[in-house]
Amino acid sequence: MDASANPATEPHAKSMTGADIVVACLNEEKVKFVFGYPGGAVLHIYDALYKQNGFKHILVRHEQAAVHAADAYSRATGDVGVALVTSGPGATNAVTGIATAYMDSIPMVVISGQVPVPAIGMDAFQEVDMVGVTRPCVKHNFLVKHVKDIAPTIKKAFFIAKTGRPGPVVVDIPKDITAHVADFIYPKTVEMRSYNPILKGHSGQIKKAVKLLLGAKRPMIYTGGGLVLGNGAAELVKLAKALNFPVTNTLMGLGGYPATDKQFVGMLGMHGTYEANMAMQQCDVLLAVGARFDDRVIGNPKHFAGHKRTIIHVDVDPSSISKRVKVDVPIVGDVQSVLSDMLEILAQEENQNTDVADWWSQINEWRGIQSLDYTYSDSVIKPQYVVQKLWEVTKGEAYVTSDVGQHQMWAAQYYKFDKPRRWINSGGLGTMGVGLPYAMGCQFADKNAQVACVTGEGSIQMNIQELSTCAQYGLPIKVILLNNRYLGMVRQWQEFFYENRYSESYMDSLPDFVKLAESYGHVGMRITNPADVEGALKEAFDRKDKFVFMDFLTDQTENVFPMVENGKGLSEMVLSPLSTSRMKGEA
Amino acid sequence: MRHIISLLMENEAGALSRVAGLFSARGYNIESLTVAVTEDPTLSRMTIVTTGSDDVIEQIIKQLNKLIDVVKVLDLNDGKHIERELMLVKVKATGVFKDEMKRMCDIFRGRIIDVADNSYTIELTGSCSKLDAFIEALDRSAILETVRTGASGIGRGDRILKV
Ligand SMILES: Cc1cc2nc3c(=O)[nH]c(=O)nc-3n(C[C@H](O)[C@H](O)[C@H](O)COP(=O)(O)OP(=O)(O)OC[C@H]3O[C@@H](n4cnc5c(N)ncnc54)[C@H](O)[C@@H]3O)c2cc1C
Ligand SMILES: Cc1ncc(C[n+]2csc(CCOP(=O)(O)OP(=O)(O)O)c2C)c(N)n1
Ligand SMILES: [Mg+2]
Repeated sequence: MDASANPATEPHAKSMTGADIVVACLNEEKVKFVFGYPGGAVLHIYDALYKQNGFKHILVRHEQAAVHAADAYSRATGDVGVALVTSGPGATNAVTGIATAYMDSIPMVVISGQVPVPAIGMDAFQEVDMVGVTRPCVKHNFLVKHVKDIAPTIKKAFFIAKTGRPGPVVVDIPKDITAHVADFIYPKTVEMRSYNPILKGHSGQIKKAVKLLLGAKRPMIYTGGGLVLGNGAAELVKLAKALNFPVTNTLMGLGGYPATDKQFVGMLGMHGTYEANMAMQQCDVLLAVGARFDDRVIGNPKHFAGHKRTIIHVDVDPSSISKRVKVDVPIVGDVQSVLSDMLEILAQEENQNTDVADWWSQINEWRGIQSLDYTYSDSVIKPQYVVQKLWEVTKGEAYVTSDVGQHQMWAAQYYKFDKPRRWINSGGLGTMGVGLPYAMGCQFADKNAQVACVTGEGSIQMNIQELSTCAQYGLPIKVILLNNRYLGMVRQWQEFFYENRYSESYMDSLPDFVKLAESYGHVGMRITNPADVEGALKEAFDRKDKFVFMDFLTDQTENVFPMVENGKGLSEMVLSPLSTSRMKGEA
Repeated sequence: MRHIISLLMENEAGALSRVAGLFSARGYNIESLTVAVTEDPTLSRMTIVTTGSDDVIEQIIKQLNKLIDVVKVLDLNDGKHIERELMLVKVKATGVFKDEMKRMCDIFRGRIIDVADNSYTIELTGSCSKLDAFIEALDRSAILETVRTGASGIGRGDRILKV
């Protein structure tokens, strides 16, 4: 049957238990780390992994963290992340992690235990319909019902997770079949008649796109998470350089184009720079690459469509194209392949010069507003200043993870990412609590790297138990807590849209984070004076083998600017007081 | 606009719920949905009747294609096609209704497939609108029960949906 994985014709298949088969499959996939937590339904699998030394199992303190760590491992390396959880509560704890990865298209395989096949549907102990629960937030999922199906299913799961538009795949395995015995043959290839992602872009469309780009007067390149996922950054840089076009990145796309390059105009969208949003709105030809015209990116779609521009959209998923915004030149394909083809066609053009001098002077005028400028204070720590110093102290080379809130936006705005896969955050689902487990995933991916987790006192408490995991594995992560004693992002919206009624956005009864960190054997630091910020960061990063928890007491009421309010057009930004006065020519 | 979408999918447990889940999660309308195995036992064929603007229908087709179990999708409205639905109607067959029901059944080319002391069961096949018209034409007080299968559709002539 052509819908199944092809068994290799190996003469000496070994007879093994289902549990040993699961472990052997993961080793066939060259998995290095499995993040997990044991329980009844996966005990056979845990026994099997005890007896092998191919991959390393990382014991977290909550299944949500296992999935987040596997997700970050994938974001940092490009490999498929793997998590292992038990049935029932273990499986439901994993769901937030799975949904988070799904929204950002992260390739992952999550193996969950299930009650024995005869018990399914009997309301058995720790039974939950995992395939049903996760259906809306996975790329695909499987319930394996026979031991002989384990190997072909896991093979397919990895294949589906990493090809086309990547995403998480759940493999739910009942306990009894992990005890059953079958011949182990790991399929060499997968063929599925129902799943054949298109990777090569249509050459006619690509030619058309190149012509449009060369003729543009006010061009703009807008790239997203897809450029990072598809490893297309090198090609994009070549193309942008050849054309001398401005480039903006989405929150998910940061690092796709070097932030310190002069053609980079910053992030765009709700908290994007003035110049990026103005250029996005007023360009005449827009090249969108691996980005999905999210509502936080284009603002009010009607307002966005009000400006005439020709849109070229490169995306591997046809359903991302013309979903929110009508496009003129759709190109379905993988970013790397399509951009290489574009470069080749461009090289054959007789006249490769573009006429964008006027456009650049307009953009530079917008840049003059300095929309990311803030007022430094020597009495209270400004959160933006901490991130700037973090960038300097780590020489822009750290893996930076964040949680969700104001601190996330400041990290995105003020840390200049020059490389892809260095900025690790939850954009699509916006899951508070990812920061610490994400940092763990990054540190396992690159054990000598500097890893910083920029977080808020609200978010960090959502997976604070992982301080223990970090102690167990000696992870030298640096937590940069921008502690404003508020659910700051919520407070900002309440200030702007609810007349300062701060309903339930104050964070009371905070722990002493320094003592908390110390109780796990970590180093804790509290920084309250702006003058100490840089020195403290240096000291922390010099402690190369220690986990350091840095509690920065920051300005409680600082806001994130610029801001495109809900329902407003992209060019109708609220600017910081400083930029506003500059705009009026007062400064 | 009303569209009839046909699709072939792997005949596997849970495949139907993926399609149904997609429609409810994304807020697409389903007027009817029918599914059964094809002559190839590894494949099921589904017919979905839905309504939506051109943009919505385009997204529906793309989202259906994106489901891993779905092998092929065809919007029958893109060309000439035929649709048929089966309906069973149980009607009163007492007094004036006895002849009246027989007459209506003949006009609409239905068949009486069950005769009881007080009722007939009429079988009627046709396009959805023909079935609607039949119901409209009957005296409401005569209708005891109706059941419809939902539409099945197929392309005309050379338009073939096959793997
Ligand atoms: C508090 C908060 C504030 C936010 N503010 C902003 C903001 O100001 N600006 C902003 O940009 N975002 C913001 N976001 C994030 C936003 O919600 C979206 O997650 C983000 O904009 C989506 O990024 P993207 O368009 O790059 O798409 P992604 O979600 O990264 O999607 C990637 C796209 O690339 C495609 N793709 C994947 N692989 C390939 C490949 N190999 N080849 C081709 N295509 C591929 C996929 O099909 C998909 O369409 C915010 C989030 C939060 C939580
Ligand atoms: C799990 C979860 N619950 C609620 C929210 C809504 N939310 C978004 S930002 C935010 C406040 C975050 O506070 P904190 O971590 O202190 O960061 P700050 O904004 O103060 O920097 C909240 C509650 C969310 N994104 N995720
Ligand atoms: Mg806070």
